[in-house]
Amino acid sequence: MSEDTAQIALTVNGEHVTRTVPVRQHLVDFLRTDLGLTGSHLGCEHGVCGACSVRVDGRVVRGCLMLAVQADGAEVLTIEGLTDTGEITDLQEAFVARNALQCGFCTPGMLMTAAELLAEQCPKSREEIRTFLSGNYCRCTGFQAIVDAIETTLAKRLER
Amino acid sequence: MKAPKFSYVRANSLEQVLQLLAQHGEDARILAGGQSLMPTLNMRLSQPRLLIDINRLQALSGIELRGEQVRIGALTRHVDVAGSATVARYLPLIAEAMPHVAHVAVRNRGTFGGSIALADPAAEMPACALSLGATLVLHSTAGRREVAATDYFQGLYQTARRPDELLVEALIPVQQPASVSVFGELAQRHGDFAVAGVAFQLKVERRTVADARLVYFGSEDKPTLAPGASAAIIGRSLDDTSAIAAAESALEHDLSPMSSPHASSRMRLHLQRVLTRRALATAAERVGSA
Amino acid sequence: MSDKILRSPLDRPNSYIGRTLSRAGAKRAVAGRGRYTDDVSLPRMLHAAFLRSPFAHAQIRAIDVSEAKRQPGVALVMTGAELAKLCTGPWVGTLTCFPGMKSAPQYPLAVDRACWVGEPVAMVVARTRAEAEDAAERIMVEWQELPAVTDKATALDPKTPVLHPELGDNLAFRKTIDTGAVDTAFANADLVIEETFEFGRHTAVSLEPRTLLAAYDKATGKLTITTSSQCPHMIQHVFAHTLGIPQHNVQIIAPDVGGSFGLKIHTYGDELAATAAAIQLGRPVKFVADRLESFVSDIHARENTVKGRIAVSKSGTIEAFDIDVLSGAGAYSQYPRTSVFEATQVLNITGGPYRHKHYRARATVVYQNKVPSSQYRAVGHPIGNSVGEHLVDQAAYRLGIDPIEIRRLNIMPDDGYPATSASGIKLKDLSHQRCLDALVASMDYAGLRQEQARLREKGIHRGIGIATFIKGTAPGPHGYYGTGGAPISSQDACVIKLEPNGGVICAVGVTDQGQGVETVMGQIAAAALGVPIDSVRVLSGDTDATPFGGGTYASRATAIGGEAVYQAARDLRREVLELAGVLLQAEPDGLDIVDAMIVDRSDGRRRLTLAEIGRIGHYQVGELPNSVQPILSHTRRFRLVDDLYIFTNGVQGAYVEVDPDTGFIRLLKLWVVEDCGRLINPQLADEQVRGGCVQGIGGALYEQCLYDEAGQLQNGSLVDYLTPMAAEMPDIDVVHVQTPSSVSELGAKGVGESGTGAAPAVVMNAVNDALRPFGARVTAQPITPESVLMALGRI
Repeated sequence: MSEDTAQIALTVNGEHVTRTVPVRQHLVDFLRTDLGLTGSHLGCEHGVCGACSVRVDGRVVRGCLMLAVQADGAEVLTIEGLTDTGEITDLQEAFVARNALQCGFCTPGMLMTAAELLAEQCPKSREEIRTFLSGNYCRCTGFQAIVDAIETTLAKRLER
Repeated sequence: MKAPKFSYVRANSLEQVLQLLAQHGEDARILAGGQSLMPTLNMRLSQPRLLIDINRLQALSGIELRGEQVRIGALTRHVDVAGSATVARYLPLIAEAMPHVAHVAVRNRGTFGGSIALADPAAEMPACALSLGATLVLHSTAGRREVAATDYFQGLYQTARRPDELLVEALIPVQQPASVSVFGELAQRHGDFAVAGVAFQLKVERRTVADARLVYFGSEDKPTLAPGASAAIIGRSLDDTSAIAAAESALEHDLSPMSSPHASSRMRLHLQRVLTRRALATAAERVGSA
Repeated sequence: MSDKILRSPLDRPNSYIGRTLSRAGAKRAVAGRGRYTDDVSLPRMLHAAFLRSPFAHAQIRAIDVSEAKRQPGVALVMTGAELAKLCTGPWVGTLTCFPGMKSAPQYPLAVDRACWVGEPVAMVVARTRAEAEDAAERIMVEWQELPAVTDKATALDPKTPVLHPELGDNLAFRKTIDTGAVDTAFANADLVIEETFEFGRHTAVSLEPRTLLAAYDKATGKLTITTSSQCPHMIQHVFAHTLGIPQHNVQIIAPDVGGSFGLKIHTYGDELAATAAAIQLGRPVKFVADRLESFVSDIHARENTVKGRIAVSKSGTIEAFDIDVLSGAGAYSQYPRTSVFEATQVLNITGGPYRHKHYRARATVVYQNKVPSSQYRAVGHPIGNSVGEHLVDQAAYRLGIDPIEIRRLNIMPDDGYPATSASGIKLKDLSHQRCLDALVASMDYAGLRQEQARLREKGIHRGIGIATFIKGTAPGPHGYYGTGGAPISSQDACVIKLEPNGGVICAVGVTDQGQGVETVMGQIAAAALGVPIDSVRVLSGDTDATPFGGGTYASRATAIGGEAVYQAARDLRREVLELAGVLLQAEPDGLDIVDAMIVDRSDGRRRLTLAEIGRIGHYQVGELPNSVQPILSHTRRFRLVDDLYIFTNGVQGAYVEVDPDTGFIRLLKLWVVEDCGRLINPQLADEQVRGGCVQGIGGALYEQCLYDEAGQLQNGSLVDYLTPMAAEMPDIDVVHVQTPSSVSELGAKGVGESGTGAAPAVVMNAVNDALRPFGARVTAQPITPESVLMALGRI
């Protein structure tokens, strides 16, 4: 069987992109290898670990479970783009201050997911924060520092 | 793990999908949310010849109240079902189940129809569909076909859907004022596949159970109505502990739990009994506060 | 020049020693600008994929790669036999410090025979990973299945097939420690408790899988490998020697590493094979172990059955421990660290906190047709601590003594060091008593007991667990890493240089996987030298740029690497002050460096900037007398001299709730009191403890590699191998006691692993405490809801 390809046109981090991709290539492989956006990571490729989390059309998704062809016409935001928008600068600073990351491999996915939690703009208990993160694997921190960083950021935002 | 080669079509119309299904049958797979299909592709557990992407078919998406039924389009994302005021009001069983469906990112892409079509034994939506007496609507080039949930789920990953049919929507009767529903499941970690779960719908008249649809999932090969357990509580009060004990007992015959490295069948039967007791207690509380 | 009159940076106010600072690496990572091995691309790079054995044990009768070679994008297909010809020899995972140990020679790709499901058999190198996998599917292997050895309990039975016939049997190693008079101690004891413990097989599940990118320059003969390894110098040695390339022509670069936990201190045949392909093809080859292959190729650990006995007097004095350890090593002894180390550590540390004199411990390590096992975070300690601490708890319960009190009675006194444990380990600078007192206060032990009693009456079953522990860190050269023969340095080194602008480059042989080694080294250097932290840049993880070292393993980075930095920085400081003395016509003893400024010690008057020293020392050297030659670059190496390890100690407390109807366990809270000597960066130390505890909880409640009788791994994906996730984990309180180590000036000890070592013990003790009113007990890990229900007799 030959390698089927398709043309896609999409917006990635605010930039319009057109490429020809193998139809079997998943979105994160496309972002990493075709666009050099290596901030999204691959930890399992079966949709469990969350390291591949990216924002597609405003919602956080598992990038390894989407084909690049499916992103045709979509707006994709990776950790690089999210950083540039400044949307979570406070959260990122809280992560650094609290050491809510060690090896950093889960971190882009964690931040993507946490960004969605913060966007809901409503108070959350620690337990609710933990539940929100239930689909993001971290092996280094034991999660507590991550919960701390999100909790403090959320509290500061709701104060405003 | 990179997916094997396949052909891909982004469908623009329902007719196109049905034509392709008629042509390719089991060699084709429907790509909706992809949350279950994509892992199997990445792990090379399945090697379909053709993927039919239906994500553009917006007509297949949506939640509407239609008289005494709620229509949920097959392509409706879990997150939209979870956030729907219509579902919260008229299908509280589904609303209660939604937080248990996997995780945020999976709910953002995964679809209601995808969950029903796959019929994973541990999935929440098939259990709810059965408990609520949903009707599944299937389309093919031969026409439209309705299948009651009781007939739809037939075995392990086996449903009434023929290879050339597409699940288009579910029509779910709204919960009646006299009804109370309870959802519960047990999983070692939040979002994991349930080892045991219940989706109960009870019609209650002054604390007496007039009718009961007790659905068990996670332990069985498909969502399963428990006739013996239901019979044990019909006509009895929700506060009648011996009726509840009889229901638990009846599960021995109603259920045939599967065994897995994580949980034996004995364990699952036991958990279903515990869930039964707890869910009926919750139902009693809910009726009390109504 | 006497150092005594220089005031120690350890004593200064506002010192970087003992200060929480955030990590520079963290700022990159939160922006998605981490640089992991798979993020690196080289021109004309190819990708490797492997055909792996689907059988636990099978003869490879023939391999036909002809169809595979023809597949699109394929550059090379290599069999085990072909790779063997490119290697100087097979690996044999034995060390002389384990006398009598035997292991069969192992080739990086299986040659005649595959010995575990997942063993790599053939390699495809192609333009993309997807194409490599497509082609690998076309490799035809004629297999002849052989009987598989999977049950370690019967591995030495005469009827069980011998995995490696040349070894004669399936025994890898046996070891006994016997103080003598153990049987007498048991015979005379008022109470003997005996129990059998099971520990599931684990795999590390680092989120970034093993990754390697090899590039070989045929013109210069230089091999450059970028790899997610904790031990670049060891990889340099092993790969150089195995592939016949002079070691000094091999550069290993470990960029950002996405988690390791000991997984990445080892050498792997698939990585070696990918490197050989790069050499053969003269093109860079990248290999990423995907998640499914990680489960069947990363080293495993922890598969042990332990029979344990404790002998106690009726007043609660521990008289003796006696343990029998059966360890399942897998198909080969992993090269070069062996697969027997975990079992020997169990022998070394079980009952380690206590004063008893009588101890007998036997370890038997056997081969099985499973993934080879080797060192993984906290090596042996989770097992030994779980056994010892459970037996102590059981003794307390049977004698009606509080678990805290029985420990108070038996732990080594803080003023009793140096001491020797019953297992023969020399211990010093420990603080069991202080730690226990701190824990009781920290967790409000009395309050928790009251709450537990109250809730029990309402049918809510909570349990309190306590676990005292010792942890061996920072090994020295007199045992395993040194006399044993492993090509792994137990020394570590620092080269520290003053740059012309007054900045400092500090190159170290230890490595950072996110725990903050680079930051800690920078803090030590800055404190020792007297400069702001931003003046210091730490280099690590590149064998071309750093002095020879051991990398990071066994929690050694701060204790060993940090001491080398400290001493080298002090040397540089001395030279700077000597130069300053010459330039200022002043006594160096009367000068100090504070915030990169050379000042008068007496009144703090500023005399010269460090930048001036840099400028003169490097460029305008004519301003100095002819007899003075500035070097401004200092190297120091540090190692333990007499000690085998720097032992640390601590105690953990856990509060859990068990649902007796469902068997489900809720972790409410954990408390840790940790003594890791002098703290350099308290937050980083705390976070090591937290992360370590959660990893240990994984072993206690969730993780096990499930093998069937045919040697098939049944749960080799993240769906079915359960690891701790956020919703189920507790908050963990960490408190430190600081008893500086006497073996170094810095006095820092290791901290990275102890959380993992003790958490399984404390969680199991807490669960058993909750189950006590039911007369139920669990002694197998992971403790699953099913095992709880079975213990309760509910199913």
